[in-house]
Amino acid sequence: MTRLARALSRRKALIAYLCVGDPSVEESVALAHACIRAGADVLELGVPFSDPSADGPAIARASQRAIARGGGLDATLRVAEAIRADEPDAGIVLFGYYNPLFVRGERRAVREAAEAGVDALLVVDLPLEESGPLRAAAAEAGMGVVPLLAPTSRDERVVAVRRASAGGGMPFVYYVSLTGVTGSADVDARAAGGRAAALRAELGLPVVVGFGIDSREKALETARAADGVVAGTALVRAIESGADPAARLAAVEKLVRELRAGVDEA
Amino acid sequence: MVVLAQRPGYYGRFGGRFVAETLVPALDELSAAFEQIVRGESFQQEWRSLLASYVGRPTPLGQAHHLAREVDPNGAFLSHLWLKREDLCHTGAHKINNALGQVLLARAMGKSRVIAETGAGQHGVATATACALFGLPCEVYMGAEDVARQAPNVGRMHLLGAKVVPVESGSRTLKDAMNEALRDWVTNVRTTYYCIGSAAGPHPYPEIVATLQSVIGEEARAQCLARGGLPDAAIACVGGGSNAIGLFRAFVQDEGVALFGVEAAGEGVATGKHAATLGAGRVGVLHGSKSYLLCDADGQIQEAHSISAGLDYPGVGPEHAWLKETGRALYLSATDDEALQAVRRVTRTEGILPALETAHAFARIEDVARGLAEDLGRPVSILVGVSGRGDKDLATLLRRLS
Repeated sequence: MTRLARALSRRKALIAYLCVGDPSVEESVALAHACIRAGADVLELGVPFSDPSADGPAIARASQRAIARGGGLDATLRVAEAIRADEPDAGIVLFGYYNPLFVRGERRAVREAAEAGVDALLVVDLPLEESGPLRAAAAEAGMGVVPLLAPTSRDERVVAVRRASAGGGMPFVYYVSLTGVTGSADVDARAAGGRAAALRAELGLPVVVGFGIDSREKALETARAADGVVAGTALVRAIESGADPAARLAAVEKLVRELRAGVDEA
Repeated sequence: MVVLAQRPGYYGRFGGRFVAETLVPALDELSAAFEQIVRGESFQQEWRSLLASYVGRPTPLGQAHHLAREVDPNGAFLSHLWLKREDLCHTGAHKINNALGQVLLARAMGKSRVIAETGAGQHGVATATACALFGLPCEVYMGAEDVARQAPNVGRMHLLGAKVVPVESGSRTLKDAMNEALRDWVTNVRTTYYCIGSAAGPHPYPEIVATLQSVIGEEARAQCLARGGLPDAAIACVGGGSNAIGLFRAFVQDEGVALFGVEAAGEGVATGKHAATLGAGRVGVLHGSKSYLLCDADGQIQEAHSISAGLDYPGVGPEHAWLKETGRALYLSATDDEALQAVRRVTRTEGILPALETAHAFARIEDVARGLAEDLGRPVSILVGVSGRGDKDLATLLRRLS
């Protein structure tokens, strides 16, 4: 069993997204530790990208701030390495857009990520049909690639994910809760959780739900049926509203504990 | 001989569909609709009829005698200079060819709302115009920087009943407008048609735009043949590349016709402030397709710079990347200053005020003609794609040329 599979199987999973470099690369390490302390099972380390067209305004702003503070693929890998040194059991997923990986070279990017202790990659603008080269490179390095499914994905796309998963290397599936960008407000958490459960039955893989999960209640509603929930924009907003490092750390820890309580109650 | 798109959605190794999963089914739906509807007879009839009665097609092929003699007084290297007059299209640029076609497609697909991105505002105006004609609500995303420098087009879109959304993120230009349009589309994908104006974006957009803009080259080729023969070269400006691909496609199989695209060199390629994506960029993935783009070693997209809002884009359509790679087309660049001088020259000699975008193509005529004449050992004929008129640029022109 891979580390990520273990992290997802202990209990209903809470996955915390951070935009690495917001507000600074150093603080991202501390915030990531705080997330784990407060109950996150898996970290999604966001590689900030200049043109995050699948993200809402909060993560788009965070990405701009992060890039201005030296964020990017290298910084994200450094953060992953720093966290891995202290957290042997936490799942770490590198989360981002395709261009930084493509420009680095997929094989090199995967190798560097593996060396930094990353367990899997999730690339939001790389649908299954285009992901062959990255999945091949990841397989060589023993790294997973997480596919996404959305409310608009019809049966044939679910079948395509199932076929692709036969070769291994798919630690879990990320179900996008709504048609929209990250941080959208109008998520139907119960319905999204239900869809995740149906997908798990069909795919035989853990299915977690992200986009719009920003409270204990929504985490609870979603996690009743799903294998886990992802919180991203809510954490980014908590960081954005914190006046200083201590306040940001406290805000993130408080939010993760609330979400944890919701997931545990489910 | 060049073979078109070998695998679906790809031009050589360029193109593809790099988008969020939510949009993949919508692109599948669009691909199917494109094949069934756009290539179908009833669509073609309605679209072609509108091109004639509403757009004013075929646009004329004119000969620029005076400009040719100013460039080459003795006829030593430039024999004929032909102008394909897309500036005479309704709304002032070639953009209407594509916008009308796509809005017709949106209607046929049962979509109740149309969105678009725009740089110079020409595609926004064209889409707003088509939506006004068919009574569809239209929202246009436009970088805040472009809203400021293309004010007349913003006013026109308002008059046409469209909502213009200024985009404040990133470099506040075309690439950011496209990001915002993608965010809208992913949110409202079931009801909304996204009308892309460049020969860029995820498959099938580059193919849709190139197909609809191919009317430019098809007409020009027939007009040239009727007037004595094919030109030795065709030249057009390239931002995303819609007017250039529309002109080039008809000539790709004509080996005797050299193809030249002219990108914006801004303040000079060496200064880093430019939009010469093919000339100075690298291969990457932006806005759904793999092509050349301006980005740093970390994969972050860099800001483009050009005096012309329509060329101010750090990406380029995938088919151009492939034409460059195969050597079938050559890509040059012209600076802001060269474009400005070209506007002055064309306007004074021919009484035609070209758009700043178009002026980039005019700026390289002399070099292209000289080089080609040297290779062929005789004066050459050149066809210029006059993609649009410069009325929208008056404020910039008056400021910079006074």
